[in-house]
Amino acid sequence: MKINRLPSDLRAPRFSVALISATVLAYEVLLTRLFSIVQWHHFAYMVISIALLGFGASGTFLALWPQLVKHFKAAYVINLILFGIFALPCFLLAQQLAVHPEQLLWDPAQMLRVTAVYLLLALPFFFAASAIALALMRFNEMVPKIYAADLIGAGLGSIAIISLLYLLFPIDALKLLSVFGIIAAVVAVIELRFKWYNVFIISSISLLMLFTFQVLPIAWLGLSISPYKALSQQLNVINAHIETESTSPLGLLSIVASPTVPIRHAPGLSLNANVKVPEQRGIFIDGDGITPIDKNGKNEVSAYLDNLTTALPYHLNRLENIVVLGAGGGSLIRQALYHDTLSVTAVELDQQIVKLMQKDYRDYSGSLYDHDAVKLVVDEARGFLARNTQRYDLIQVALMDSFAASSAGLYALNENYLYTVESLREFYTHLSEGGYLGISRWVKLPPRDALKLFATAIEMLRDLGVAKPADHLLLIRGWQTSTLLVKNGQFTKDEIAKAKNFCDKRAFDLAFYAGMPDSLANRYNKLPEAFFYNGAQSLLSTSSKRFLIDYKFNIEPATDDQPYFFYFFKWKSLPEIFSLMGRGGAPQLESGYLILIATLMQAVLISILLIVLPLWKRMRESSIGLGRMTGYFTLLGFAFFFIEIGFIQKFILFLHHPILAVATILSSFLIFAGLGSYIASRWQKGLAARQLVSIAVIAIGILVVFYALFLSKIVFEPLIAAPVLVKVAVSLLLIGLLATPMGMPFPLGLARLAEKTKDQIPSAWAINGCASVISAILATVIAIHFGFTLVVLLAVTMYFLAAAMFEF
Amino acid sequence: MLKIICIVLFLVYSSIGITAESDYTKQRKELINIIEGDVRATSLYLKKQALDRRVMQAMNTVPRHALVPAKQRKNAYLNRPLPIGFGQTISQPYIVAIMTDLLNPQPDHKVLEIGTGSGYQAAILSRLVKEVYTIEIIESLGKRAKKDLDQLGYYNIKTKIGDGYYGWKQHAPFDGIVVTAAASHVPPPLIKQLKPGGHMIIPVGSNFLTQQLLLISKNQEGAVTTEQILPVRFVPLTGGH
Repeated sequence: MKINRLPSDLRAPRFSVALISATVLAYEVLLTRLFSIVQWHHFAYMVISIALLGFGASGTFLALWPQLVKHFKAAYVINLILFGIFALPCFLLAQQLAVHPEQLLWDPAQMLRVTAVYLLLALPFFFAASAIALALMRFNEMVPKIYAADLIGAGLGSIAIISLLYLLFPIDALKLLSVFGIIAAVVAVIELRFKWYNVFIISSISLLMLFTFQVLPIAWLGLSISPYKALSQQLNVINAHIETESTSPLGLLSIVASPTVPIRHAPGLSLNANVKVPEQRGIFIDGDGITPIDKNGKNEVSAYLDNLTTALPYHLNRLENIVVLGAGGGSLIRQALYHDTLSVTAVELDQQIVKLMQKDYRDYSGSLYDHDAVKLVVDEARGFLARNTQRYDLIQVALMDSFAASSAGLYALNENYLYTVESLREFYTHLSEGGYLGISRWVKLPPRDALKLFATAIEMLRDLGVAKPADHLLLIRGWQTSTLLVKNGQFTKDEIAKAKNFCDKRAFDLAFYAGMPDSLANRYNKLPEAFFYNGAQSLLSTSSKRFLIDYKFNIEPATDDQPYFFYFFKWKSLPEIFSLMGRGGAPQLESGYLILIATLMQAVLISILLIVLPLWKRMRESSIGLGRMTGYFTLLGFAFFFIEIGFIQKFILFLHHPILAVATILSSFLIFAGLGSYIASRWQKGLAARQLVSIAVIAIGILVVFYALFLSKIVFEPLIAAPVLVKVAVSLLLIGLLATPMGMPFPLGLARLAEKTKDQIPSAWAINGCASVISAILATVIAIHFGFTLVVLLAVTMYFLAAAMFEF
Repeated sequence: MLKIICIVLFLVYSSIGITAESDYTKQRKELINIIEGDVRATSLYLKKQALDRRVMQAMNTVPRHALVPAKQRKNAYLNRPLPIGFGQTISQPYIVAIMTDLLNPQPDHKVLEIGTGSGYQAAILSRLVKEVYTIEIIESLGKRAKKDLDQLGYYNIKTKIGDGYYGWKQHAPFDGIVVTAAASHVPPPLIKQLKPGGHMIIPVGSNFLTQQLLLISKNQEGAVTTEQILPVRFVPLTGGH
């Protein structure tokens, strides 16, 4: 259907487009936060694809009903209002429907609920995207400018939400974003010169909404955290309650007091321990992963800490200068002080935890963070070490993930930069002569974490040219935790004898040291086989490669390019595990990865149903080159996300602080791409669009290849110790150079389309959305298997292919 | 006329009840067959071809459907864990059978359970030992389980709502202890309350997935040893060296 001639006296609503883009991007980021709290991290992947699904579906909707653009003013404003109205209730309903991922294993019918969550949450995105697409359709001669407003708005939105999360609790931020949806409508009304009574109606709706938030029962407007998360379970205990809550983009901290039945968190405490665990407060991060604060008492109350596997290094040598990475509630600091360590550097990333420990719980914890021997550093672990040259007798990495989520394989999709080969190298090079690196992990059976870490340490030592890595390694295990020590030097006979003594007293098992006899391997915590000992021996043997291939879980060392330490899944084990599901095989499934694959399949299916099929007939009737147009916008959808996701990973390693990195990278990608789109609109007059696309793609190709190959060596390594502001400025410059040309091909394609046939704009919008749905998840799958470098190189190939398809 | 209608209705309802009960019995029998098959398939790792006959008999007697929330009744005899509210689950029957067997329960035994949950594990044990003491930390769950167990007439079960960390000193020592409530460590007081020669069993994992069974045994001298049992025939190749 052709669109009738429209009145031309209307101004393009660029401010409201920017505002709704900012709001909707903030909404997307916020949903990933909210789902991390009420569920687990992997739901974040769902959210990204949900957002883009809504975008894609809006294109389909408008392609099928293009006549809506004839009523542009009303349709545009109504969509903005609908976003404002639906943003909050859709989430509130979705969290009630959300299911526990483990339940999916036993009851696949729960997938229907997941699909309902998908559709429910896609709705607000659908309205916001429809508004933007309507603006692009209505003002098709200004596509690059409107697209620029869209991207710049989104970029500002990403900064705004991260700042907002320092000020407001996530649920309050959500309420505020709903209001911003309405404010965008008010701005649109002004931009589009509505009559006064329309302004009155919009204002009334806004006030009504604000009023509704005030009168609805608090329980309806609160977060409904999964009952299977540690926080919910703790709160089921008589008189347990949240004493303090604190929020930041890093997470929601809930500090729980349980006066009737005290919290006693002492993971892997020796069965021989005849000691009391002191009264504790529990810090729950995003409703899970407890880190305890011990109540201050005499030194003896910390005796329980000497009965954990983490205490091993203190029994091997006198340690005077140690660093704890991930200080949290302070258990490892207390452990060090219990052993009379002279200097403890406590590194904690989360300023909120530091504030709690230094203010609210200062007396309770006995001023632990302000102890004379403790030097507090608020920083990211690797960044802190990279910036200083100090060496330590012990570097302890805290066990920060929760046991339940870890044992269920729910961390599979979490990128982790602490347990990679490169990270271990950073730690190792900061050890004093004879110093230890100590890393503890939960025991999973058959072993995964402990052996993967062991393999990572071997690779790190080999990379450093250590001839006999075995001489530098010592692994022990209890029934619940294992501790790996990597020594800067060879373990001596004396140290081994002390380790034996430590283990014997506490009923821990030695799992590896060079020259260890089989007979010592499986004595206290008897396994069907000496899995840990045998595995460690195999990893050091000449047939280690064969062993890694044959092992039923993926225990290949993680690297910065493939930072998925918790990815243990192997496809070849799947049939066997499935056949054993009822017979105790289910815990071996490593479900986190499968959820990613299921999400990918779901995204493909829903994209086909909601986007491809409805559009197919319309596109076939069109006069333009269907194949080329589809190819062009599909490839752009994939390529943009692949590069963005790939470079977030690269810059996290440079900027270190994850919030700073994501805020800088995401916002600068969007803002500079917006700038690119704007520049394209200016240059378009002088240059043919095709030429411009080719230049942009060549620039992208050169920069991506250059960044992928040389960025670390030429820029990141020399500047690793530079001040944060310098690093941010350099990042902005580097991303700006890349993102500016990345912002050009899409609006130029739309403009080209508008020249030929205006009614295909929404189809292109939908196709691009569809590709984006899939690419956000697919990028992770590729990174898990082949690394981020391949992700960005694939993106370059796709940009070149897209440029070749430009003539449609 | 009204009387006749009432009698007819009574008969209809009774027959429905009888049919449902016999249906449950049939489903329970089928479940037992599945568990026996699974145990045979995992025999190498459980080190036995079949579980204790008495344990299987108890499994065949206890009405699991009467101990799960109403909306889960239709799934009561599926070999899978079920949600029972408050973020708690009732374990997979296959795991319950193995855990019970590992305790080696005898008719004169006294057993302590930490984490009553639905009361199903306590009910199974009550068919096998003299006395069962069970403690639940979540008040609503504890009350519900007590009511259900009383209704079923399992009078050798004593329930309590409270902190299980210190066991039940008054009735200690115990021949067996089951810790079904998640804990970051094994409470030292519980080890003290275990009789020499007794066993403690702890399922380790997450809500719906039992990854391993921790069997703690105290010998006659009071020394403690532990075995970590993988209740599955899935063992990696580790013998490459």
